[in-house]
Amino acid sequence: MANKNTEALKQPMWVNNPVLVQILGICSALAVTAQLKPAIVMGLSVTIIVAMANVIISLLRNTIPNRIRIIIQLVVVAALVTVVSEILKAFAYDVSVQLSVYIGLIITNCILMGRLEAFAMQNGPWSSFLDGIGNGLGYAAILVIVAFIRELFGSGTLFGFQIIPQCCYEAGYLNNGLMIMPPMALILVGCVIWYHRAKNKDLQEK
Amino acid sequence: MATKKFKCKVCGYVHEGDKAPEKCPMCQAPQSEFEEIVEEGAAKKGLNTNSNVYTILYAAVMVIVVAFLLVFVSQTLKDRQDANIVNDTKQQILSALNLRDLPDVAGKYDQVIKADALMQKDGQLVEYKGQFNTTYKSEFDKGNLHVFVAEVEGQTKYIIPMNGLGLWGTIWGYIALNEDRSTVYGVYFSHASETPGLGGEIAGLKFQNRFPGKQVVDGNEIGLKVVKYGKAVQGSQYEIDGVTGATITSTGVNTMINKVLSEYIPFLTNVESND
Repeated sequence: MANKNTEALKQPMWVNNPVLVQILGICSALAVTAQLKPAIVMGLSVTIIVAMANVIISLLRNTIPNRIRIIIQLVVVAALVTVVSEILKAFAYDVSVQLSVYIGLIITNCILMGRLEAFAMQNGPWSSFLDGIGNGLGYAAILVIVAFIRELFGSGTLFGFQIIPQCCYEAGYLNNGLMIMPPMALILVGCVIWYHRAKNKDLQEK
Repeated sequence: MATKKFKCKVCGYVHEGDKAPEKCPMCQAPQSEFEEIVEEGAAKKGLNTNSNVYTILYAAVMVIVVAFLLVFVSQTLKDRQDANIVNDTKQQILSALNLRDLPDVAGKYDQVIKADALMQKDGQLVEYKGQFNTTYKSEFDKGNLHVFVAEVEGQTKYIIPMNGLGLWGTIWGYIALNEDRSTVYGVYFSHASETPGLGGEIAGLKFQNRFPGKQVVDGNEIGLKVVKYGKAVQGSQYEIDGVTGATITSTGVNTMINKVLSEYIPFLTNVESND
């Protein structure tokens, strides 16, 4: 049992990564990765909310009527997101201003519904919690990788600090405008998936 | 008497009875190869989770619980949130005076801002008596043209709130003018949903620092212009480079400045009569 729990936590980090293998949460991965800071905050918020929603759904899983289970899951997620957003507005106003629309976007993140439906409906609260943490962190890791590349080459900064020295610009170096655009995020995610498949041969389609 | 079911793990034969048979009649596997089949849902008997009544009741209870939870959270936190919004608005106004990231916003605001005034048709300022506003778009639409009178290092500054549209949503800002009502002292811009790294840069200092020292009024018109990046005439008193790669947002800032400040023309050109 303990082994299964560690697997629930570890698997989604790399081997069964939600973005790379399950191809969940792509939409928000494109939207928030132009800069590192929102990417990290989004990754952490999703982690917390997936874990909490997983626990709640897991506790309710035997009572939820089968025919309306998706709606119940959605209600739980939406309620959690709203509560978190309200709390941020009251106690961490700066953060909530920076996150603005992203907090609301968490509701539409497919990772949440995917994990609730695929894992929490069948498993106990503790392993569901670990599964939520694992998937959230796996998602956050990809966001950070993509955002790192996009911010560095798109704006020449990291966390808003200038990284590429001024002399490079004077020598004719230009920021790559395409990096800031959402399509580039898709291409970068594609590159990471490529690397991931090359490392995990059993995932390759024959 | 409940009959139990046993399944042969080798061939799948199902035996009904109190215990597993000694030998599988199909494949002759020993008793140890049999395992008991536990009826699923036996524990849930008496509670049919698929019935209509249960489904409707469940949905109703769920909705009521969630609704109460949200109302409770929203009501308990409302005062704090409102205070935060007021504080944030004051910080934005002070940011136009280049007083950014203050530890005590409310205190500094009371110290620096001398009056929250309304501009009359003839350009005179009359003190505004109502409650402190946090959105100036509705005030502008109602014709309440706010001007904040501030005093920084002994000099009078005027701050005008602005509202407009960017590429994806609303943008807003505050512009602080010197006593001559034309020279820009400082600006602050913010936005609801402009693209981070592109249009979002209007909220950055790199863009906002291009404003101080420029002139707003050109004769009887608003001369201040935000133009496409790189197109501003060198040494121009009026033209400001927009943000690279964010032409629509920059145009939005330009339109906002022009539209809002045009309404303030009587105040801006009313320099002599006020002295």
